[in-house]
Amino acid sequence: MNPTDVIDQRFLRDDVPDFAPGDAVKVHVKVREGDKERLQVFQGNVIRRQGDGVRETFTVRKVSFGVGVERTFPVHSPVVDHIEHLTRGDVRRAKLYYLRDRVGKAAKIKEKR
Amino acid sequence: MKGILGTKVGMTQMFDQDSYRVIPVTVIDVGGCRVGQVKTPETDGYSAVQLFSGTKKRNKATKPAEGHGKRWGDTEGVPVHVVELRTDPDDAYEAGQGVTADVFEAGEHVDVVGVSKGKGFAGVMKRHNFKGQKASHGAHRIHRMPGAIGQCATPSRVLRGQRMAGHMGHQRVTVQNLEIVEADPDRSLILVRGAVPGPRGGVVMIKQRSKDAAPRKRKVRGF
Repeated sequence: MNPTDVIDQRFLRDDVPDFAPGDAVKVHVKVREGDKERLQVFQGNVIRRQGDGVRETFTVRKVSFGVGVERTFPVHSPVVDHIEHLTRGDVRRAKLYYLRDRVGKAAKIKEKR
Repeated sequence: MKGILGTKVGMTQMFDQDSYRVIPVTVIDVGGCRVGQVKTPETDGYSAVQLFSGTKKRNKATKPAEGHGKRWGDTEGVPVHVVELRTDPDDAYEAGQGVTADVFEAGEHVDVVGVSKGKGFAGVMKRHNFKGQKASHGAHRIHRMPGAIGQCATPSRVLRGQRMAGHMGHQRVTVQNLEIVEADPDRSLILVRGAVPGPRGGVVMIKQRSKDAAPRKRKVRGF
């Protein structure tokens, strides 16, 4: 146990689904425009989970109009409204950086069955 | 002038519920801080208070330390850390009076004094951010060296203040204008935005900021 855990405790979210690298997720992100707030969906594959406790982050990669886009979110951040867990991927490593060098069908992740 | 003595617990992060942004915070444990010797212009020529923190057993302390603690309110044990804080002559401080985390409140700006981590004998690149020299093109064993340090005939000496290699760190460092994110007297913790000098467990003093500078402007954007 870390001495700073007392502080972290109240920021930990308990509504985070159990997801791992290779999984497909929809991240509903709160976006503020002026004084209005709406949700934006960022859908893609989780390519990494990093860190521990409140400091944990995950990165979602998607290919949008032929351009790879990656976004990193803190797992416990209030900017994430909720995470939809779509599928589990059949992958053999924890960091899927190899996907960056692949396009099209080669960049597909097999679904775990 | 108000201040409090504590030890650095470590750093973590919090989330701002309005902007959804991460706030880096340093947790400082301020438990057991109390006022020790009170110096006044009449007796000492200037006004200040000594802040005491920690308690060690009588038999572990030196006689002078024991006597000093006893004279200024520590009847049970002997203070481990003694740090002086300059005060205004009309501040009311009394020896033995406790200092708790609620001397500061969230949103206030403070200066934090600590002793930075020692880096040992450090070269000129680490210590003064020199660029070093070429990796190749005939460079031979001079990659991290400072280069020339003076001229030949004039002035034919090295100018005073020439930056060189030497001991780095383990110095008293003050970080100015840090924001208090939270002050929790129940757990005797103070959370300060940003980094604070020294290792975890190092002694730090939090005091009222010395300069009335405008708080650092932070870009606010939605994530």
